[in-house]
Amino acid sequence: MSATVLATERLSIGYAPRRGPRRVIAADLNLTLCAGEVICLLGPNGVGKSTLLRTLVGMLPPLEGRVFLDGIDLSTLNPREIARRLSVVLTERIEVGQLTAYALVALGRHPHTDWTGRLTRRDEEVVRWALEVVDAVNLAGRLVHELSDGERQRVMVARALAQEPSVMVLDEPTAFLDLPRRVEMMRLLRQLARDTNRALLLSTHDLDLALRTADTLWLLAPGGALHVGAPEDLVLGGAFEATFASDGITFDRVQGHFRIHPPAQHRVALVGDGLVGEWTTRALERAGCQVVRGDEPAALQVVLTGDERQPCWQVLTNGGPPQQVASLREVVALVQRIRQQDWESHI
Amino acid sequence: MDTIIQTSAETTADDSLWPRLGLRPLALAALAGVALFAFLLSLSFGSVRIPFEQVVLILLGEQPERATWTTIVLDFRLPKALTAALAGAALGVSGLQMQTLFRNPLADPFVLGVSSGASLGVALVVLGVGAANNTLLAVAGLLSNLSLAAAASVGAGAVLMLVLTLARQVQSSVTLLILGLMISYLTSAVVSLLLYFSIAERIQAYVAWTFGSFGGVTWTQMQVLAPVTGVGLLLAFILTKSLNALLLGEAYARSMGLDIRRARIGIVASGAVLAGTVTAFCGPIAFLGIAIPHLCRALLRSADHRILIPACVLVGATAALLADLAAQAPGTRVVLPLNAITALIGAPVVVWIILRRGVGRGTFGV
Repeated sequence: MSATVLATERLSIGYAPRRGPRRVIAADLNLTLCAGEVICLLGPNGVGKSTLLRTLVGMLPPLEGRVFLDGIDLSTLNPREIARRLSVVLTERIEVGQLTAYALVALGRHPHTDWTGRLTRRDEEVVRWALEVVDAVNLAGRLVHELSDGERQRVMVARALAQEPSVMVLDEPTAFLDLPRRVEMMRLLRQLARDTNRALLLSTHDLDLALRTADTLWLLAPGGALHVGAPEDLVLGGAFEATFASDGITFDRVQGHFRIHPPAQHRVALVGDGLVGEWTTRALERAGCQVVRGDEPAALQVVLTGDERQPCWQVLTNGGPPQQVASLREVVALVQRIRQQDWESHI
Repeated sequence: MDTIIQTSAETTADDSLWPRLGLRPLALAALAGVALFAFLLSLSFGSVRIPFEQVVLILLGEQPERATWTTIVLDFRLPKALTAALAGAALGVSGLQMQTLFRNPLADPFVLGVSSGASLGVALVVLGVGAANNTLLAVAGLLSNLSLAAAASVGAGAVLMLVLTLARQVQSSVTLLILGLMISYLTSAVVSLLLYFSIAERIQAYVAWTFGSFGGVTWTQMQVLAPVTGVGLLLAFILTKSLNALLLGEAYARSMGLDIRRARIGIVASGAVLAGTVTAFCGPIAFLGIAIPHLCRALLRSADHRILIPACVLVGATAALLADLAAQAPGTRVVLPLNAITALIGAPVVVWIILRRGVGRGTFGV
């Protein structure tokens, strides 16, 4: 593995209020971040992800232990020295008028310029490079408050990059973005870490994207346990399920995502596969059914007929006549009606 | 103004793809020209009209057509014009600093209670001190430059420090503005009490002071006003980079290596000195502090303090000079209250410019 840029030694995080006992969120953390690595920090809401990030970037003092940045104890560095090694993208929306994206990114040169804030030729080159890396050259002349959320986030990443840090810490960089923009943003960060050999630490709620993007996951579980490992290892080891354990959702280890269905009560056999099969499964699961393969015994059977362009479904019950339907909406309605009848006949 | 800004934006072919971050020397030079013109204008107009070329002659040390003109220009109009220019510049810069520090487009020294603090300081000196020797002469004696400036600066500084201490605990700028407002009410309550128990001559002296005027400053007082304002402005120039970092909020500023505590103390110190000194010598001059920064952002279409601070100096000086000129009501012997004039003429102008340029949107979230 490449060089370690950020490390912690027996780090305890939390709050120490002036009055009252201190609140420890997680203790005894020994973490490392390497150049070129993308680490996603995952965990349920309120578990202390932000506290961990804030401690790692020096905004919050550690309760115990130390944080090392490029091998130097963070508490011995002054703000400017930290800013040259570490930059952040925060969740808060910045509100500022009459500021172009270019000028915003140029603010990132703050720790490198002299006391007047004058940009040298090299400073401007770095700013342009940062805008090119995040593919925001066309936004350079636009005013920041006129940008869309996705564009603004790209510019904020460029600003963090313009600090030329060895570590970038991003607090929920995909919040506020729609799905395509989230995928784009994660892909951008992934590429950025690899191409510029920087360490990226980001917190997110996009489990699926994190599983596909991160080199390493930090799973912060309620109670302060932090699981560290490759995403796949954590899935296989069950750490995911343990961390996000909750009523009403289950983690599907095969698919790598959570299901938000009530416990399945009815078995439905599905004959057919492919794209239509996948979405039929989803529709049936949404209706509260457990979907099994077509050759397994079940009271209800759904058979796919037709093709992807013109899908068609045949619903078979024990003894009843087959019924043809042309949409999943009707399939779900039919299945629910049959379940209702079953339930009534049981009484 | 438009054409100047556009031509200065043209660059060489290599850089033409990229927006320019230059200091807009042409635009600033134009603003400086306008300020100089306003300065000469205010020397020329008054109860007696002195021709332009004669004013220039007097300034160059030559003999004008009439000997009295030399006295009028050098002893009365020049210190007054200098005071107006300094006060306008100081209030503009101070307002800009407060708006950026508190990330609020409505902030100015007045809103946050700084000028009220200065008023309280002055009220304590004018109304409260020396109840024993309550003759008008004694009051006039108390109005010496240093004691008033010191009282106002101490009052302004104390209030701003208080606001900042609270600012570190409450986080929300709206809460902070309400707190500033409350401080203003508190200080005016104390002033009311002082007024209630004071004698008529002193009350009159205080009320006259609250109207605001650039005319009361003599050359002796200028020896205090000019250097202190100069130091405040110098400090503001030194803090330009910190102000730029604060554009994105304190969390980002810290992450970019800014020592927030030091920057905050510096900005507060400079803002309080500027606002406090002006209030001490010219009275509580409202409006300029809030309007000038918006005007500069609109005119220059920039949020960069490296441009905005010199622009606020120049535009602030121009606005104060013109307001003073209007208050003189040239050709008549009437002198209107300065505070009434600044807002009466200034407010519609600023509203028009801001609406036309669509500047309000996006400035610190408004």
